[in-house]
Amino acid sequence: MKFDDEPVPGYSLPILPGHVSPGRLERVLRAGKFAITSEIDPPDSADPAEVLKRAAIFDGYVDAINATDGSGANCHMSSAGVCSLLTRVGYATILQISCRDRNRIAMQGEILGGAAMGACNLLCLTGDGVQAGDHPQAKPVFDLDSISLLQVARNMRDEQRFESGRRIETPPRIFLGAAENPFVPPLDWRPLRLAKKVAAGAQFIQTQYCFDIERLRDFMLKVNDLGLLEGPDRVFILPGIGPLASARSARWIRENVPGVHIPDAVIARLEGAKNQKEEGKRLCMDLLNEIREIPGVSGAHIMAYRQEHSVAEIIEATGVLEGRVPWYPGRDDPKALNPESPEALSL
Amino acid sequence: MYRVRRWVVRHARVFEMIYRRFEPVLVKLAPVWRRLGHERVEAPVRRVEKAAKGALFDCQMCGQCILSATGMSCPMNCPKTLRNGPCGGVRADGHCEVKPEMMCVWVDAWEGSRQMKQGDLIHAVQLPVDHRLTGSSSWLRVVRQQDASSSSAANRETTR
Repeated sequence: MKFDDEPVPGYSLPILPGHVSPGRLERVLRAGKFAITSEIDPPDSADPAEVLKRAAIFDGYVDAINATDGSGANCHMSSAGVCSLLTRVGYATILQISCRDRNRIAMQGEILGGAAMGACNLLCLTGDGVQAGDHPQAKPVFDLDSISLLQVARNMRDEQRFESGRRIETPPRIFLGAAENPFVPPLDWRPLRLAKKVAAGAQFIQTQYCFDIERLRDFMLKVNDLGLLEGPDRVFILPGIGPLASARSARWIRENVPGVHIPDAVIARLEGAKNQKEEGKRLCMDLLNEIREIPGVSGAHIMAYRQEHSVAEIIEATGVLEGRVPWYPGRDDPKALNPESPEALSL
Repeated sequence: MYRVRRWVVRHARVFEMIYRRFEPVLVKLAPVWRRLGHERVEAPVRRVEKAAKGALFDCQMCGQCILSATGMSCPMNCPKTLRNGPCGGVRADGHCEVKPEMMCVWVDAWEGSRQMKQGDLIHAVQLPVDHRLTGSSSWLRVVRQQDASSSSAANRETTR
């Protein structure tokens, strides 16, 4: 799928009728294509070339790139910084804002700044507790929660108002997203809680890692019954998946990363394999194949932490893009831009 | 106290009933509060409210109580002070991501709300906390609000 107005790096696309953002992610989702997003692990560095190098790994395979915001409560380059670098060369980005680190003054400023830099997708997150990361001595802020942040962001866009009521001259044209975790308690509340996020403004959802397809199926059935997948205010759901490196790392994640539910059968499957890393990738492909068959699913979010190179392989093997090649710098004119070159930044 | 507040949540329906009787009494006393002066009664009422709600709910005196919309489980005891439901970090046994020894405040809230007559209030989107109200009496705030809009009975906020 190609648009006749593919991006000029650094410039926003026109906003199509019925759309809220100039972003390609919203276009792909509303066109009914199976969307793929992935995420960059921002560097512990101030080197812009490092960011572009990490993004280029996904070239031609993803519709938008999440830049995580202090994921796992660890300190890295900011999401806004990463998004700003990427949008300058034309990538579609998803700015993440976690309520853990900033109050409402800082967060609203970031939403405006991010939108001005062309980051037209926003993922509103509560954030892991500070105890999970490398700065457990930090002050947890949590001035807003993910749902009130969604509502604030939506009002900034649709009412052109800050939370204080003060007017915004040019509103941020952003497609609003949130996370959900259908795999942890209280399981029967999760679909209803998603409804609350949609009521607060969520238009797309990226879920926590899915390793339990039955729970996802159950969740999607209920979400569908609630009518959340229809109408102009519908929500697009992208379940999260990722390759596990080994049974040992799966066990470690299960015990140490908050909110990741890995059934024993998954660990047993990895343990029984000769090459656990390969098996982890195959498991991820199997999950992706199952997920795309679940009614109501709009795409997938692939989180391949420290295995970013496997994203292309997973997408190729499953054929989920159905021949689509999402835009990347140089797709249409290979000579135009080498995104890894420092010149690409001087736009 | 942790055990008391969990007992309260298990009996959320009873406390919902108590509150429903208690609220109109407080509101009816509005002329008394007015005559005494809201500023003068704020300190003693705040002390009573803090003692009572502190003992029962581990109340943190946010000043904008939403207990009746949270299954009588105080959301300010959530280490992330979430006001709109659980985060994605709840452990498989329902315990808190940050404090593993504590049951998730919102897992309790969900249980409590299922017993309450107006338990579906848990689905309402809650506005962010107004930090200027921290430490003030939520009871008197509701009395003032209802006193001011006593003519319009619609959309009445409830005392908690």
